Amino acid sequence: MPPAKYTGRKVLRKEDPRLLTGKGQFVDDMHLPNTAHMALLRSPHAHAIIRTLDASRARALDGVLEILTGPEIRDKLNMLPSAAALPDLRIPDHYVLAVNRVRYSGEPVAAVVAETPYIARDALDLIDVDYVPLPVVLDPEKALEKDSPVIYEEWKSNLAGTMQLVSGDIEAAFRKADRVVKGRLLNQRVIPVAMEPRAVQASYQPGEKMLTVWSTTQIPHTLRSEIARLLKIADNRIRVLALDVGGAFGSKLNVYPEEGLVPYLAMRLERPVKWVETRRENMLATIHGRDQINYVELALTNDGRILGLRVRVIVDVGAYLQMLTALIPTLTAIMSPGCYKMLAFSFEMKEVFTNKMATDAYRGAGRPEATFLVERAMDLAAAELKMDPAEIRRRNFIKPASFPYTTRTGLIYDSGNYDKALKKALDLAGYTQLRRKQAQLRKQGKIMGIGLATYVEICAMGPARAFAAGGGWESAAVRVEPSGKVTVLSGASPHGQGEETTFAQITADELSVPFDDVAVIHGDTQAVPHGIGTFGSRTTAVGGTAVYMSAQKVKKKMTELAAHLLEINPKNVVWRDGKIVAKTNPKKFTTFQEVVRAAYSAKNLPPGMEPGLDATSYFSPQNFTFPFGTHICVVEIDPETGEVAIVKYVAVDDCGRVINPMMVEGQVHGGIAQGIGQALYEEAVYNEDGQLLTGELMDYVVPKADQLPTYILDRTETPTTVNPLGVKGVGEAGTIGSTPAVVSAVVDALAPYGVRNLDMPLKPEKIWRILRAKTSHRGTGTQR
Amino acid sequence: MHRIKVTINGKEYEQEVEPRLLLVHFIREKARLTGTHVGCDTGNCGACTILFNGKLIKSCLTLAVQANHAQITTIEGLAANGLHPVQDAFLEKFGLQCGYCTPGMILNACYLLQSNPQPSEAEIREALEGNLCMCTGYQHIIDAIRYAAERMKQSGTVQL
Repeated sequence: MPPAKYTGRKVLRKEDPRLLTGKGQFVDDMHLPNTAHMALLRSPHAHAIIRTLDASRARALDGVLEILTGPEIRDKLNMLPSAAALPDLRIPDHYVLAVNRVRYSGEPVAAVVAETPYIARDALDLIDVDYVPLPVVLDPEKALEKDSPVIYEEWKSNLAGTMQLVSGDIEAAFRKADRVVKGRLLNQRVIPVAMEPRAVQASYQPGEKMLTVWSTTQIPHTLRSEIARLLKIADNRIRVLALDVGGAFGSKLNVYPEEGLVPYLAMRLERPVKWVETRRENMLATIHGRDQINYVELALTNDGRILGLRVRVIVDVGAYLQMLTALIPTLTAIMSPGCYKMLAFSFEMKEVFTNKMATDAYRGAGRPEATFLVERAMDLAAAELKMDPAEIRRRNFIKPASFPYTTRTGLIYDSGNYDKALKKALDLAGYTQLRRKQAQLRKQGKIMGIGLATYVEICAMGPARAFAAGGGWESAAVRVEPSGKVTVLSGASPHGQGEETTFAQITADELSVPFDDVAVIHGDTQAVPHGIGTFGSRTTAVGGTAVYMSAQKVKKKMTELAAHLLEINPKNVVWRDGKIVAKTNPKKFTTFQEVVRAAYSAKNLPPGMEPGLDATSYFSPQNFTFPFGTHICVVEIDPETGEVAIVKYVAVDDCGRVINPMMVEGQVHGGIAQGIGQALYEEAVYNEDGQLLTGELMDYVVPKADQLPTYILDRTETPTTVNPLGVKGVGEAGTIGSTPAVVSAVVDALAPYGVRNLDMPLKPEKIWRILRAKTSHRGTGTQR
Repeated sequence: MHRIKVTINGKEYEQEVEPRLLLVHFIREKARLTGTHVGCDTGNCGACTILFNGKLIKSCLTLAVQANHAQITTIEGLAANGLHPVQDAFLEKFGLQCGYCTPGMILNACYLLQSNPQPSEAEIREALEGNLCMCTGYQHIIDAIRYAAERMKQSGTVQL
């Protein structure tokens, strides 16, 4: 780690002045001359045969330039990609435009290009499609029954793929158990709702044969490779840009039909083409998240020790497999044991096709589901054994001396001290006093609950061996310009996280230059040698390390060159206050600027040294990192309305070394808010015909400022040795810790009503009905 | 087509527009002021919030023809040079992440502080109800608005 003038401190963001003044460069902000506009006709049916599609009336509309349909272009563009994440995975054909059949409401059927976006949308109304509706498959459990209609006849069932993971003697663990608690836990389908909808713009220069694509993506280099594959052109004739991107949360970690169609149309028309998603399209046809049913069984001793955890999972993956659809639930599998030791573990998963939008990575991506199921199971166990929920967790924690710890699922947890974070959170929340207060309030007839969740997550994605297709590294180049200013090029693609700032902090410290002298460039495949992107809480841990490695290489070269100029051994020079000084004689020194000049003038270089001052590094981590923490939530419930108010929220997170505490705080805040959103408000609802009822922000409730609490945050700091920065990653922690903590609090509040578990979202109506019933409401605990 | 005259950030724009053209599209496409964003079609998200004859409105719910002779302030017009105290407070307190909702948030905050220079936390939360942010969990936004209120009180600046 570099000495810390900037690292570890609150440094204001480089990104912010432009974003605060409306000078950001989001895709829709690009105005290229002569741009044509694309709009997509989407299926109104969840499942139907397309008997005929007649676009003649639309073609005749003034201002319409082109109309494409699935059958016309099925051979011109390759299919959308999907990772073969399971050995028996069935990957459906996924065309950019539906060919003869639609399988979810919102599936693109035809593309219109017109002179203006308004005309393009007018033209959609003039396309006549004759659909023959088919039976709709919506419930993933019923979808597996023998008499269910099937979405892909060739496979004769709706099963997409399976996974089994068994470790230890699971049967023996359950035989030996004093108690077994069981639950059916629903992790409902949610919609990521990045504030900026997706957008794609493309422009083609036929002379240079160069295609330029602006996209709201988290993965510009991967997208470039995928556009090359989709369009059957060479990747080195494509430049992908993702400048400012307005949030993503996993929803832009994908390759979508529009990312094939818009570039294709720009080449075909030799005109710039732009498409901007409406919010309704975003809700319908940008990936959804979660949607798992988890059957959990925990085998316990009477003193609360876990013997075994058995999980059976049904995942509703939707109608097609997007890029990582099938992979995400495998993260649930490997993270289900959580922070706990156990003798045996078993995980059995079925991924199931339904007539809905595909699920894929949504903030946390498989880990929130894992944490939710194991934490809810721990609460059920605590209730069963009449133990304090903090105590039962403490008894089962992996102990600090056990790290690195090999889990039942074969992961190696790098470092941790779960009890320390738990204790800190309990102290910060005033847990003992809270329990006392709760007892008093209950006597007064008030409904108050305290919930807690301890979590460990898997971050800094990740070692190449962990993924079927490899990858997992990140690249960065650091270049000292002739002026002495420093340019950092990163293959990561932050979209709100702020690594222009953290990467500049790391570089400025390593090269002893002012922070303002460092410019960080990302999201441009032409500028940045290569890259993977931003997801899986990897950008600082993996991308930042690549920056650090490159800065070190440049520093080494500058040290050697300085020593040459001073005519001493490189071992005998030190960097001090902007000078590079002879250790033995402080009067003998050269400056940063002199060394830069010498590197570019190349008149006096040591033998064998090349001119210039830049270095590129690829950091390929050997393991994931495993951040952890404890979240505590206190709720009060309005007995009249059933509305939940979060009256206190405490989070103690450990994300290893912190580069910028202000930004870490922001990540945790946002993560908690999204986790609260899932716990209390959010739910993608399809009706019995497969129509998305929550298709606008009118119906899909994301939390507003007056629905959220003030967060009380603290940290512990357990560095990792997985990367030289000691950074673990923090982008998803908040979402992972908060959802079970909030549900735990609400269930705790309703414990006097006999509630042991409730399915999310915990909307007022659901709670109001329980309060109204007054009779003992049986949850899905042991009484099932 | 209708000819309209709209003053945005002190500059007059005169154009022929279709009666159905949304004001937000007029601002973004005709005046080429792209700081005003579109995040939904239903007036829920608030990314397109602007000041319209001194009132806070959502420009996606307004037709351009309704803005004939109106005085509009967008994020670009808040400070002639540098940052308005509210923008500065958002910078200092990190009241943004991806920045997409930020222009709307800031105009909302300016409007709030004009009518209520020392709002409580609850008042700020209520005032932000029509502006969604998915990145920050709102806490730093609220910190920023309180900080701006404090600073503007000290310096006596409350005007927009």
